[in-house]
Amino acid sequence: MSDHKTIKNIEQELIDDFSLFETWEEKYEYLIDLGKKLPPLDPAFKTEAYKIKGCQSSVWIHSFAKDGLVYFEGDSDAIIVRGLVGLMITVLNGQPAKEIVNAPLDFINTIGLSSHLAQTRSNGLRAMIKQMKLDAGVLG
Amino acid sequence: MQRETTYDVSAIRKQFPILSRKVKGKNLVYLDNAATSQKPSSVIDALVHYYSHYNANIHRGLHTLADEATAAYEASRVAVKTFIGASSPDEIIFTKGTTESINLVAKSWGGTFLEKDDEIIISSLEHHANIVPWQMIAAEKGAKLRVIPMDDNGLLDMDAYSKMLNAKTKFVSIVHVSNALGIINPVEEIIRLAHMNNALVLLDGAQSSVHLDIDVQTLDCDFYVFSGHKIYGPTGVGVLYGKRHLLEKMPPYQGGGEMIKEVSFEKTTYNELPFKFEAGTPNIADVIALKAGIDFIDSIGKPSIRKHEEMLLEHASMHLRKIPGLKIIGDVENKVSVVSFVIDGVHPQDLAILLDNQGIAVRTGHHCAQPLMQRLGIVGTTRASFAAYNTIEEIDALVLALNKSLKMLL
Repeated sequence: MSDHKTIKNIEQELIDDFSLFETWEEKYEYLIDLGKKLPPLDPAFKTEAYKIKGCQSSVWIHSFAKDGLVYFEGDSDAIIVRGLVGLMITVLNGQPAKEIVNAPLDFINTIGLSSHLAQTRSNGLRAMIKQMKLDAGVLG
Repeated sequence: MQRETTYDVSAIRKQFPILSRKVKGKNLVYLDNAATSQKPSSVIDALVHYYSHYNANIHRGLHTLADEATAAYEASRVAVKTFIGASSPDEIIFTKGTTESINLVAKSWGGTFLEKDDEIIISSLEHHANIVPWQMIAAEKGAKLRVIPMDDNGLLDMDAYSKMLNAKTKFVSIVHVSNALGIINPVEEIIRLAHMNNALVLLDGAQSSVHLDIDVQTLDCDFYVFSGHKIYGPTGVGVLYGKRHLLEKMPPYQGGGEMIKEVSFEKTTYNELPFKFEAGTPNIADVIALKAGIDFIDSIGKPSIRKHEEMLLEHASMHLRKIPGLKIIGDVENKVSVVSFVIDGVHPQDLAILLDNQGIAVRTGHHCAQPLMQRLGIVGTTRASFAAYNTIEEIDALVLALNKSLKMLL
């Protein structure tokens, strides 16, 4: 596939997008918009088995393999976190399992989201990424 | 020391260095006082002064530094005694905080006096710290935990409570003021009914100690517990008040130095109150600085602070009610300066993140009271809680920031 983008390519696109934002409002409006656009997860997967429990909100991630690549669907009851789910799906969807497992995902630091979004306890990105990588490891 | 002057909030703010800091480029608006209050310079200075001038281990040393440290430590105990109206400093035990104080009573009193099938009563409004220690001791002893129900506004069903009391009821452990909603429980009535039934009562004063005038002798509670960090004092120090005759009958909670009278390998005799419950080197610096927190409150006077906080609460409630879809949880008359709310279609976490970006610190989530949230059928609330140094302008900033956040989210 000639149009295949690597995780690194997509990360760079996001870094470029985020660099255009001048205020925190624009950054969060982007995430909120991403959250609103994320298709709702099939209720069959909104169960304890797919849930990442957090102190504040819940996240559900469903992972599956197709044609040797790994795909994700997800949801959250909070809209900004839903945006983060969408962000991670944008970066990791349709990639080979090995690439997902080994991705350093440095873009998170570069795009400059508040540190509390990355905290495990607030059920942020770190917990989400951990589960996506674990799933990819199993599916790969 | 109460003065009949007008309330000078800007002079009070000047005593709190942290209040002049910026958060994300904006002036900090700190409205998470129910979680912990900020500290005046006097408290910070007391810590620095202790470590720079008379750091020493207390009670046993025979040198000047030990003398000074012991005197300051015991002066704090006397200040706490006066702060809550206890009859003797011997009834004041220093702990790590409210949580440890409750655990001490559950373990020491419960471990000794609870028997199989005995009943412990708590309420629907409890913080996890006043649920889990009782569950643990109940499981150990085969005792039962019973819960006073409440209505949708968070008011306890006193009729149900009175019927719950029976010969098996040995202990009632109740939050004086709800941390999640700010509601003041009818503790006088709760204590009276419990005592008619020969049950003991512990009041969780984590929230009430800073807002309400507390006189444990008038209240006639058997135990009263609170944390130093919520009354403008340092973290890591809390208080257990207990009636002397009860504390005397209770075995030590931990063993070690300080709590003993004589030790041999065959037998140890325990020290007297309050030292029996303070094993090991205590948190000397924070205990000493706690007195500065109490002195800060006394320098303004609790009634003046309460009046100011009530004005803030009224202003906040009035403006928040105007926001479409916003509902204050526990919107009742008898409460302290805490306003907890939900907004239709808005997750509290989203609000907290957007408010933080505007320099506003509030608390969102279940407030360590998951059973209460389940009872109310919500995932959590957004809670703004006010202290002596908050201003009308800060409430207005909160309302403005809320409206802006909602525009972004909805």
